[in-house]
Amino acid sequence: MNIETSAIGTLVVILVMAVVTLATRWGGIFVMSFVPIGRRVQNFISAMSGSVLVALVAPLAVNGDSGARLALLATAATMLLLKKPLPAIAAGIVAAALFRQFF
Amino acid sequence: MTSNAARAYELDRHELWSGFKQLLPISLFVVVFGLAFGLAATQSGLDGTSIVIMSTLVFAGASQFAALDLWGTQVPLIPLAITVFAVNARHLLMGATLYPWLRHLPPARRYGMMLVVTDASWAMSMQAFGRGESGMGLLFGGGIALWLAWILGSWLGLHFGSAIHDPMSLGLDMVMGCFMLAMAIGGQKSLRMLAIWTVAAGSSLLAYRYLPENSHVVVGALAGGLLGAIWMEKKP
Repeated sequence: MNIETSAIGTLVVILVMAVVTLATRWGGIFVMSFVPIGRRVQNFISAMSGSVLVALVAPLAVNGDSGARLALLATAATMLLLKKPLPAIAAGIVAAALFRQFF
Repeated sequence: MTSNAARAYELDRHELWSGFKQLLPISLFVVVFGLAFGLAATQSGLDGTSIVIMSTLVFAGASQFAALDLWGTQVPLIPLAITVFAVNARHLLMGATLYPWLRHLPPARRYGMMLVVTDASWAMSMQAFGRGESGMGLLFGGGIALWLAWILGSWLGLHFGSAIHDPMSLGLDMVMGCFMLAMAIGGQKSLRMLAIWTVAAGSSLLAYRYLPENSHVVVGALAGGLLGAIWMEKKP
């Protein structure tokens, strides 16, 4: 089904995107309200919360350019040393920018 | 996660404001992201009002960029809806991970807070909850800060987007990746977590290569979660 991107058409497309996205924002807590939270479920949830982050970053590290890899490396090193996220993120961005400037 | 996981946290105005302020530095990056989106959307043929409406109602950057790939004089609605769902499916997992803390809130407030849930505020609030503190302010106040930053950025992109010629050369494409990595490293570290991360990263990469597009986050997160459910943390 194709929608013409006239004024109304565009609005319809945006509304569909908004409803789908809202369903993802609400779906997780809605489903969980039917799941009894025992120890195993709690372990599943806490393991999953770290795993979301790792699963997002892994393809960046493997498939990204050298600038991307250097950025992640700089962030990891700074985070381990200083344990503060903002300097760690800044280090990563600066590393990527500098690398891409010169290579 | 310990037995105090179920502790009830309330959200007061002070905490909301504090969470808002704590996410302001990241919000600056989000403004630049939004700027890049506003520019890209203009180039894809969207009009200014639609761009601002989209950023306000959808508020999910990666999926909005993905939508631009499908944009033309006609938009295929079902493929678009599937793409948006796949890119945003990680919200489902975020909601599930927040549920143990949000379940004590009245439903209206619980679902109200989830309106603005997004990667950065979720990660910060999960860290706070993990430390035994309340992450409610970070989640809602921080979410509002990021939402406003996204709208502002998109609007700026319409008018001044051409000022940034190449966001990649400035390293701006790495903001979210570096943020996520910093959050992951700032979390709990143990042999068990290392094993979980390895499984999550490995299955995410396999899914990235062999499964349909945009499935890798969900696959990796579920695989890591499953290992966590089998190899449980020792009782506190």
